[in-house]
Amino acid sequence: MNFLSLFVLIPLLMMLALLPCKSMKQIRGVMVAGASALLAGAVALLIAFMWERNAGNTAEMLFTASELWFAPMNIHYAVGVDGISVAMLLLSSVIVFTGVFASWTMQPLTKEFFLWYLLLSTGVFGFFISVDLFTMFMFYEVALIPMYLLIGIWGSGKKEYSAMKLTLMLMGGSAFLLIGILGIYFNSGPAGEQTMNILEIAKHYIPVSAQLWLFPITFLGFGVLGALFPFHTWSPDGHASAPTAVSMLHAGVLMKLGGYGCFRVAIFLMPEAAHELGWIFVILTTISVLYGAFGAIVQTDLKYINAYSSVSHCGLVLFAILFLTQTSMTGAVMQMLSHGLMTALFFALIGMIYGRTHTRDIREMGGLMKVMPFLAVCYVIAGLASLGLPGLSGFVSEMSIFFGAFQKGASLFRRALTVAACASIVVTAVYILRVVGKILYGGVQNNEHLTLKDATWYEKISLTTLIVCIAAIGIAPLWLSDLIRESFLAFKRGVLFL
Amino acid sequence: MDLSNFLLMRHEISLVALFVLLLGYDLFASDNAKKHFQLVACLLFAVHTLVGFCPAATGEVFGGMYVTNNMHLLVKNILNIGVLLVFLQTNAWLQTPNTVVKRGEFFMLTIFTLFGMYLMISSGHFLLFYIGLETASIPLATLAAFDKYRHNSAEAGAKYVLMAAFSSGVMLFGISLLYGATGALYFSDIAPKIVSNPMTILGMVFFLAGMFFKISLVPFHLWTADVYEGAPTPVTAYLSVVSKGAAVFVLSILAFHVFTNLAVEWKLIFQWIIVITITAGNLFAVRQNNIKRFLAFSSISQAGYIVLGVLAGSAFGMATIVYYILAYLFSNIAAFGVIASIEAKTGKLNISDYNGLYQTNPKLSLTLVLALFSLGGIPIFVGFFSKFFIFFAAAEAGYYVIVFIALLNTIISLYYYLLPIKAMLINKNDSPIEAFKTDGYNRISLTLCVIGIVLVGLISPIFHYIEKLSAGM
Repeated sequence: MNFLSLFVLIPLLMMLALLPCKSMKQIRGVMVAGASALLAGAVALLIAFMWERNAGNTAEMLFTASELWFAPMNIHYAVGVDGISVAMLLLSSVIVFTGVFASWTMQPLTKEFFLWYLLLSTGVFGFFISVDLFTMFMFYEVALIPMYLLIGIWGSGKKEYSAMKLTLMLMGGSAFLLIGILGIYFNSGPAGEQTMNILEIAKHYIPVSAQLWLFPITFLGFGVLGALFPFHTWSPDGHASAPTAVSMLHAGVLMKLGGYGCFRVAIFLMPEAAHELGWIFVILTTISVLYGAFGAIVQTDLKYINAYSSVSHCGLVLFAILFLTQTSMTGAVMQMLSHGLMTALFFALIGMIYGRTHTRDIREMGGLMKVMPFLAVCYVIAGLASLGLPGLSGFVSEMSIFFGAFQKGASLFRRALTVAACASIVVTAVYILRVVGKILYGGVQNNEHLTLKDATWYEKISLTTLIVCIAAIGIAPLWLSDLIRESFLAFKRGVLFL
Repeated sequence: MDLSNFLLMRHEISLVALFVLLLGYDLFASDNAKKHFQLVACLLFAVHTLVGFCPAATGEVFGGMYVTNNMHLLVKNILNIGVLLVFLQTNAWLQTPNTVVKRGEFFMLTIFTLFGMYLMISSGHFLLFYIGLETASIPLATLAAFDKYRHNSAEAGAKYVLMAAFSSGVMLFGISLLYGATGALYFSDIAPKIVSNPMTILGMVFFLAGMFFKISLVPFHLWTADVYEGAPTPVTAYLSVVSKGAAVFVLSILAFHVFTNLAVEWKLIFQWIIVITITAGNLFAVRQNNIKRFLAFSSISQAGYIVLGVLAGSAFGMATIVYYILAYLFSNIAAFGVIASIEAKTGKLNISDYNGLYQTNPKLSLTLVLALFSLGGIPIFVGFFSKFFIFFAAAEAGYYVIVFIALLNTIISLYYYLLPIKAMLINKNDSPIEAFKTDGYNRISLTLCVIGIVLVGLISPIFHYIEKLSAGM
């Protein structure tokens, strides 16, 4: 048993431990203990991983292990991590940890809420450690279904509609994905040597003729989860209806499953087709980036604003990986981390503000800086990270993406689209500053808001953790690019790095 | 042939012995002693199920009319498990005053249909196959009409017997055409002699039409919803799982081993039938409010998925079919078990009656949630694995487009499987079904089903075992 499996086992054990819990205290105890264990595990993994890399181990994946599961189909339970997965595991454990504190007073059916929440986390962690297409797909689906119940039962607004829409659209994506996976398997080698193991497949060549139909459907399949235009419509509704911790996990981590999957399966295994057909998706992702940004400008509901902003930022992730340069890829990974952290921070803050003011309409709020300074300052920090202020994570990632995309050798077409996507930064500044100005500054709109309390201690833990991480990436981004550098060695294959 | 050859028919002999024992008990025991009929019947059948798993000899009897090999034995064992689970769920229903007097008949009739299915599975000759089919069908009509005082149960019985007779007629006509074309009725004799000409194709089409009636594939499904709705719930469970499972398995044997030379033709038929079945079944299921009708249409589309394994046309395809039957058995019987216990308690059958069930009966509603997730193909439940394997087998044979259509249909199916889940977990209700305790038998059955749903998929040796057996077919 490889120690990576702990990331799946710990949430499962936590679920078992939750079952006999009676009081809120016990539930919180289990959740905090387990989430801290996950966070500690992720940090330990990071250190161990860096240690191995510094010791000169340049294998694509470290800590690999493989257990035969279904022999006739050559399905293994195979795990392994590269720098990108380590970064994603770190992100997931941070979000899960902060999500626990953000849902400290979750009512009703607290136990059930955390059970589903943990099942969702299990799926997410399992997805990031898998190197077998079957288990990857399985964990992907494990992560989808709890979303339906989490939004449907504990959500707000038109929650049933949103939950159903989200579930069905993501299942639609997974239908494409499954076809893609089967296609990849049957093209991964001569009969009898076919495999679901990503590392094995990457060593063989999938014939380019097969890549040309497999790449679009796998990219599309994962792209739905990464809010690829025009399949992004589940995302604003889903985010807006979900309870706080679920929005955090969903926008922060689940959407990264899309970006990670696009990279790990579509691009990693089928680079030739990505080179050939990437332009279609570059157009779509550019639309995502701009559409999301402009969509956020006109919204008045705080959650919708951030949901559209997520569409824009996640679009940028997919945009970046399609350029297949090391700089843009590094930027994509940083953007995944950065967006995951700051969007989680946003949704946590919105949940906390909503819990106090009982409205998310920006027209009904104002002057909150005087009433709840801690929350307001955090909101400003999140906003600045989102619009790319140097020193915070957003700047580093967006810089790398656009540098990488505009690099020498890029065609005029791609450069033009890069310029267009770049414009989204300006739009981002507009909608962020609009919200900040509207709800935080100025006079208090509603006198009832004057009596509201600032953040409690558990909310402060949640927010501070996220801000520290955002600043850590922003101030010292180099360790991150070191971490993920070897992940692109697979691209030595020739056609790449245009 | 000496007497020891009869031991090859051990499953059948044991079943008939069970039948005779129960008949004697029903006839000669005093009313007081018959109080324990449920217990005795379930225990005896459990023994029969367990004995079935002991290693048995394989071979042929009656000059090849009756064939048995390990795969046949396995399918019979799977059907046994299904029947046992259904038997355990009948207690509440059979205790009602109208049925308690004839509960012995329920068990005996069910055992008799099972006997027919055994013969179907093991047949090596069209005559034995036909006898098995009829033995399986006619008592089923009686079972569907078991609650004859309810007019829709009587209607279900009448509908079933008419449809069964009609489909048998069509099938017999097909068999006679095949006999005319090849001059043989033994499967092994027919297979090499069939050449693709209009007469054999017509014979095969008629024969398959009869089979499709039994499996209720679109457009031969019109009886299904009414019969499923009208028949007593345990009988519906039996019809939808055991009867269907046996028929699909036999269909795959016949398609692979009898109509080998017509593979091009039957594959074409199957492709269209599968696409229509899955789509129509799903679209109708979306609009149902009665939960039994809902599961009827769901079972139509599930049948379409199973037949996808036949389309694959390989030994691996057969393994996925058997595995799918096993997965479907646990999931569907769990769903029907919950429905049966709620029906027996309150008589309510509409999905809207289930609103807020989680508040009052969390365990029952979670069981139904698991069952529906499994039917919808959600990991880590067994339904996910069975669907994946079926798709795998079909994709291996190159049917990517059909697999894709089937996959798009899983989205529709997920939508309607989520509707009862939404009713139970999300919808509010001022007067939900009050909390009650399910009877012990049904609890055992549901527990076994839940164990099956959760573990059968994860434990890969089960699939390996099935795959190994299918390789020898």
